[in-house]
Amino acid sequence: MQTPPAIIDIRNLAVTFRGGSRKVRAVNGVDLTVDRGEVLALLGESGSGKSVTLRSLLRLHPKGTLIEGEIKVAGQDVMRLGRRALADLRGGTVSMIFQEPRLALDPVYRVGDQIVETIRRHMPVSRSEARARALRLFEDVRIPSPESRLGNYPHEMSGGMLQRSMIAMALACDPAILLADEPTTALDATVQIQILLLLRELQTRRGLAVVFVTHDIGVAAQVADKVAVMYAGRIVESGHIADVIHNPRHPYTQGLLDARVELAQGSSRLRTIEGAPPDLSALPPGCAFAPRCGRVAETCRTVVPELHSGSTSVACFEPLRG
Amino acid sequence: MSLDLGGPAQPLLTVQGLVKHFPVKGSGLMRRRVVRAVDGIDFKVKKGETLGVVGESGCGKSTTARLIMKLLDPDSGTVLFDGQKLGHELELSAYRRQVQMVFQDSYASLNPRLTIEESIAFAPRIHGVTARAATERAHALLNRVGLDPGRFAGRYPHELSGGQRQRVNIARALALEPRLVILDEAVSALDKSVEAQVLNLLLDLKDEFGLTYIFISHDLNVVRFLCDRVMVMYLGKAAEIGDTEAIYERPGHPYSKALLASMPKANPAERMDEPPLAGDPPNPIDPPSGCRFHPRCALAEPVCSQSEPPLLQLGGDHEAACLANMSGSGHSLAPSRAP
Repeated sequence: MQTPPAIIDIRNLAVTFRGGSRKVRAVNGVDLTVDRGEVLALLGESGSGKSVTLRSLLRLHPKGTLIEGEIKVAGQDVMRLGRRALADLRGGTVSMIFQEPRLALDPVYRVGDQIVETIRRHMPVSRSEARARALRLFEDVRIPSPESRLGNYPHEMSGGMLQRSMIAMALACDPAILLADEPTTALDATVQIQILLLLRELQTRRGLAVVFVTHDIGVAAQVADKVAVMYAGRIVESGHIADVIHNPRHPYTQGLLDARVELAQGSSRLRTIEGAPPDLSALPPGCAFAPRCGRVAETCRTVVPELHSGSTSVACFEPLRG
Repeated sequence: MSLDLGGPAQPLLTVQGLVKHFPVKGSGLMRRRVVRAVDGIDFKVKKGETLGVVGESGCGKSTTARLIMKLLDPDSGTVLFDGQKLGHELELSAYRRQVQMVFQDSYASLNPRLTIEESIAFAPRIHGVTARAATERAHALLNRVGLDPGRFAGRYPHELSGGQRQRVNIARALALEPRLVILDEAVSALDKSVEAQVLNLLLDLKDEFGLTYIFISHDLNVVRFLCDRVMVMYLGKAAEIGDTEAIYERPGHPYSKALLASMPKANPAERMDEPPLAGDPPNPIDPPSGCRFHPRCALAEPVCSQSEPPLLQLGGDHEAACLANMSGSGHSLAPSRAP
């Protein structure tokens, strides 16, 4: 029996920013697949390339950015799409939510009107049908008194409510894929968990494929089926979330998990990964983590390790036993 | 280092009845509305301890920090530093030498036109240290926070990473040999691997210089690791205050309990099904009547919207403001009066 093709299939993605005098290699050879109805967390620190990878799926990069490799999304070759087709893809098949809903929504239009506009851009429906649809969406994301809230301007809503509105807008045209870029990072703890649970519920109900970018292992554990850990523009480890958290094989993943403060309760100091991530405009020749790695071998400094599959996939010459 | 006046038993900082309201512009019937940012809080910070302050946005934790720093003037309330009343027994300039602050935004906190050496030496120069001695001190501090002065002293803030800049801010805060350092979300913007390094540095510096910290954070895991005692704030009031372990093991206020339960666990087997709290934190412009938490509280009863609970001792110096703990409050869960 043939397995259905993955809904997201990225091969050897490289993204180079060429603003200014230096070339910055933000993503450096990423392979990634996401199946229908699956939630993948892209986990990493700032500069690891997780957001850049996410944005590549919609080609949301500034002009002059060099994108190389293959990106297939829902059967379409994103690298070859023309302007019109790309605009249909964005918000139609694939939509995205961001960390700061205040920046993603237009401050001078009512939230309901912005959703109606999105619906009518992608679907042949009347204004009143679009309006009814917007109302159902507000109910789906559990905004209290949805009817009157549709008439609010963004500044009249709290942070949690705005994030719900943005989710409603993202789901307006029944996308197959939702891209989420740290959507709960700016929220308070009690609101963050509400939004995570809401996303999970909507994902299950609608069978969405979700790519969820986060720096927070706890958040990834709450929402993701699979996780890909990124470092310096590459995936260093990927697999099922429980496998990666309980049996990390890459020394960086292990270091990140060990540095969690929850584990240090009662001890006097935290375990740390010494040093800092490398400069993306001057990457070391071998494994980018080698200068900080406790298991470093001769090869690591000269050859870039490939991602090898096993119970979890790991890009390391000296992996830990899984 | 300034002299320890009252001995080890005297709290380093005593805050009494602190209130700060900000007027907001309104029109018509809405005139003269105020944001009750801090609405009557009392607490002490013991010498050599780390007091954590936690709560969600709008709870008043940063305003409290700015009131203590005298960056804002309170509407009422007093601040005693080592037993001395500010502005009376203790001159403001002498106080400011002894209390320093590190902010969340490491970049906005530094003057972009000064080298980091100049930034660190600036305050000692203002306070009468010679240029040469101030520069020497800056180099020693840079060394101490893990930045080689030979490489970093002449650099500008934009040439450093976030973690390095926050190390500079910490060095600068220590340049006047303060006794109290207020860390307002000081590690929140850092990546996890860098955050762990900076937290260890803060612990080392505390031991080495005999510092007292007020650590304001939304990250309850970090607070548990770092702090001896914790104050939980909700809408301008202290909901609970006490030893860290007491609060984390036996939270006495339903809000603290929900806040602790909201932290995502890094274990996919421990996924939550229901959010511990519904709704957003309410607006501090019109805080609810009675107990401010009652509209979101699972234990709320009619009495909770009528009377405002005081902080009540639960044992040791663990206090919580909840009518369900208060005998005779009229709440059905309240313990019966002691016979």
